Amino acid sequence: MTTTAAPLDVTALRADFPILSRTVRDGKRLVYLDSGATSQRPTQVLEAEKAFLEQHNAAVHRGAHQLAEEATDAYEGARQRIADFVGADFGELVFTKNATEGFNLVAYAMGNAATSGPEAARFVLNPGDEIVVTEMEHHANLVPWQQVAQRTGAVLKWFKLTQDGRLDLSDVDSVITPRTKVVAFTHQSNVTGVINPVDVLVAAARKVGALTVLDACQSVPHGPVDFHELGVDFASFSGHKMLGPSGIGVLYGRRELLEALPPFITGGSMIELVKMEGSTFAPPPQRFEAGSPMTSQAVGLGAAVDYLSVVGMERIHAHEHALTVAALEGLSGIKGVRLIGPSDAVNRGGAVPFEIEGVHPHDAGQVLDSLGIAVRVGHHCAWPLHRCLNAQSSVRATFYLYNTMDEVDALVDGVREAQKFFGVA
Amino acid sequence: MQLQQMYQEIILDHYKNPHGRGLRDPYDAESFQVNPTCGDEVTLRVHVVDDVVQDVSYDGQGCSISQASTSVLTDLVVGKPVGEAFKKMDAFVELMQGRGQVEPDEDVLEDGIAFAGVAKYPARVKCALLGWMAFKDAVARSQGAA
Repeated sequence: MTTTAAPLDVTALRADFPILSRTVRDGKRLVYLDSGATSQRPTQVLEAEKAFLEQHNAAVHRGAHQLAEEATDAYEGARQRIADFVGADFGELVFTKNATEGFNLVAYAMGNAATSGPEAARFVLNPGDEIVVTEMEHHANLVPWQQVAQRTGAVLKWFKLTQDGRLDLSDVDSVITPRTKVVAFTHQSNVTGVINPVDVLVAAARKVGALTVLDACQSVPHGPVDFHELGVDFASFSGHKMLGPSGIGVLYGRRELLEALPPFITGGSMIELVKMEGSTFAPPPQRFEAGSPMTSQAVGLGAAVDYLSVVGMERIHAHEHALTVAALEGLSGIKGVRLIGPSDAVNRGGAVPFEIEGVHPHDAGQVLDSLGIAVRVGHHCAWPLHRCLNAQSSVRATFYLYNTMDEVDALVDGVREAQKFFGVA
Repeated sequence: MQLQQMYQEIILDHYKNPHGRGLRDPYDAESFQVNPTCGDEVTLRVHVVDDVVQDVSYDGQGCSISQASTSVLTDLVVGKPVGEAFKKMDAFVELMQGRGQVEPDEDVLEDGIAFAGVAKYPARVKCALLGWMAFKDAVARSQGAA
């Protein structure tokens, strides 16, 4: 992506994030390079949550008192702002506990379609129907599909990866076939940052009438995303990776699909009429929000998208791109470091995974931690991807709007320090 | 520096020159254990004769902590009656779960006392216990098969 927007004033931005000024491990300056796992929250988000709880807290969609009205307005107002942020309509967003619940919602609802009304027929999975995923999926967009395949007799198929960790789409027409009912794939890999060609997969899925389910956890926080423009049928993302609270995720579904989709979790709030013999269900999004929903979390996520919108998603993307280029350059200059995934920053977000010869990722992470540098080590909930790329596990640095070039330098120096400590330099 | 407290020389020595490594025959039972957060794994075999641990052999992939603690395990339990080996295991588990508050007994744990610093890092306790969990499981299997 190219942008002509002015660069970020990172120093000013960092002042909004109180946690970034703390020290760790005996007074070391915190270098937080783990936003791919969870991001930090600016004061604006923390204050919005606090203000809601101090002034407007009540159960939403229940009660007729003033606080209940205000709480409901705050909750639904957040839904509207988040919808605007991702190019969706108000009624197309469902609040979930997290992104994982969003994928499970779609998978379970499809599994329930066979015993639902005729309007749900398009979601039914029969034995021999095919579900397509990719080898780079986070477990959240893989395991629910394995499970629904097991329950329904559908067959799980997947796109493989090229040696440098991009999707191998050379066989699109043999993977996506007239038997395909669902194509579930990630917009941006949580391990390598690889950005997938959504247009190619959406076109192939549409050709055969398959539904698309997009993992947008790593794309929505880091660049401009418009679900209508992308043309996906469903998408799921989480609040805590985009400066918002944990305990809230969002499922997007095209309106006509949500209207026909049977429920997943059932109970209070999601009903239309309840009798002892059976019940009917509310229209979306309420049909998919059973029980008392999260409230201050929705308000906090609304404040997070306000914050991100003011900063500008194109500028954030450009900033992370520059950090990624610098990290790739710095790390590839160290003998004994193997980059996992692409060695360039083309079609890639701010994630850089690597291995250090002779230093296990856990040990490397420990040395970095002792220097105040927080990275992720392990397989990052993407075990098949690591297997494909011949890595047992990896060290992963991820960048966000508040990271600096100095922090990239600290990472590169820290890797050298780890080599020295374990005597492999 | 905290790092040196954690990675004692003894641990790094066992990591670089592990004792008893490699899978061997004869054996009575085998256990495969994995740490699901990082993918580290160990396959461990035990050979028990007349209630005495005759051999422990293992193979695996993992960090210095998991590899070194499995190496120390073989030193501690091979040649010992199962009951005594389990007492050592209990002492090691207690040390690891003590958040740095447990004073280890060198007579019982020998090189194992070097892991006292690891106990201060909760994220690494699983690493240190991986081989021990495999040992516990393998002995249980060998007794179940007997």
